[in-house]
Amino acid sequence: MDNWTFGITMIVVGMGGTILTMWGLSFLMGLLKKAFPYKKEAEGK
Amino acid sequence: MFETIGNGLYGLIAGFTSLHWSNPVMIGLGCLLLYLAIKKDIEPLLLLPIGFGCILVNIPLAGLMEEEGFLKTIYDAGIATELFPLFIFIGIGAMTDFGPLLENPRIFLLGAAGQFGIFLTLALALVLGFSKLDAVAIGVIGACDGPTAIYVSSKYAPHLLSAVSVAAYSYMSLVPIIQPPIMKFLTTEEERKISMGAVKRSVSKTTKILFPLIVTVIGGLIAPKGLPLLGTIMLGNLMRESGVVSRLTKASENEIANIVTLLLGISIGATMDGRNFLTPQTLMVLGLGFIAICLDTVCGVMFGKLLKVLSGGKINPLIGAAGISAYPMAARVAQREGQKYNPKNYLLMHAMGANTGGQVGSVIAAAVMLSVLKGMGII
Repeated sequence: MDNWTFGITMIVVGMGGTILTMWGLSFLMGLLKKAFPYKKEAEGK
Repeated sequence: MFETIGNGLYGLIAGFTSLHWSNPVMIGLGCLLLYLAIKKDIEPLLLLPIGFGCILVNIPLAGLMEEEGFLKTIYDAGIATELFPLFIFIGIGAMTDFGPLLENPRIFLLGAAGQFGIFLTLALALVLGFSKLDAVAIGVIGACDGPTAIYVSSKYAPHLLSAVSVAAYSYMSLVPIIQPPIMKFLTTEEERKISMGAVKRSVSKTTKILFPLIVTVIGGLIAPKGLPLLGTIMLGNLMRESGVVSRLTKASENEIANIVTLLLGISIGATMDGRNFLTPQTLMVLGLGFIAICLDTVCGVMFGKLLKVLSGGKINPLIGAAGISAYPMAARVAQREGQKYNPKNYLLMHAMGANTGGQVGSVIAAAVMLSVLKGMGII
């Protein structure tokens, strides 16, 4: 594989993969916050 | 008898006669690192042992990095096996509160944008003629994350380890100098004045406990080659958030992190033998590392501007610059720059969220990169 193909692949798949993974985690964290909402009383125990 | 005395005397000056021209230069560089650590307080925990290790290894005939030399033993035990950066990661996880990030999960995306410098610098290194794996090691300086840079370079480009490590830690400490001009150049005064309000405490303990588990499983499935990095930082965070192993948490963030930092620093310094370090390649690595941090900041701020538009003007793009892993310096820089233009603006907790997102992002980016390399059959 030549350096040109390698570089483009790393930019596209690397940056794309990173942002997609982080978006997925952000989405899951949003769901998690809804599933387990913060309750002041419960947290105090 | 005179010959024997002469030989004995020669033994006392052999160190001087064996000096290579690069050794005094490197001893001077080691002293410079010590000066920066002691007088300027720049990353002293690392620059002091690195500087001293650099001095030690450039004194000829001591054989400290030869077989059975004590620095070689430490290097083989912790760097060659990749254990030291992983132990440090447990400590980082134990020290980090991801609460501000979980308050506003959208900020995760800033932690991704702050890593784009890795991939852009990798491409630049390829253009400059570095091999693929060397370019990977150089690009990862853009993670702004010392342990990740050490982990990747020690594994795939060990001959660049010292240059990459010194670049990573030096530029991390220079974030307060490197970032502000870029932030100012890319944002308008109106954008810098945007107030984001107070961060509410709205994350349950269950969410905080599930966070490291989910990141480990999802991140590990997407990028299994980076699981050691992800798994250790998340183990440290799980211990912290569970609250049931405070002894282990304290040991991870104090005793273990301190001991490993010392051994890591001195063994990185020990790789700075002048004959290998003083090359044009090292200068290029240092230059590319600087570009990587600048590109991270550019991408972070530009993504912050995009989020500002998407959120209807509620997000201050300055916090995008905090989407790198240099914690907590980058968050403090965003806070300071924001307050310059609006003294009532408190961006710190929002920037802390982006900054912890950057910590996760740097590990995810490295993990993704290694898995893509594996997928392409390069590693």
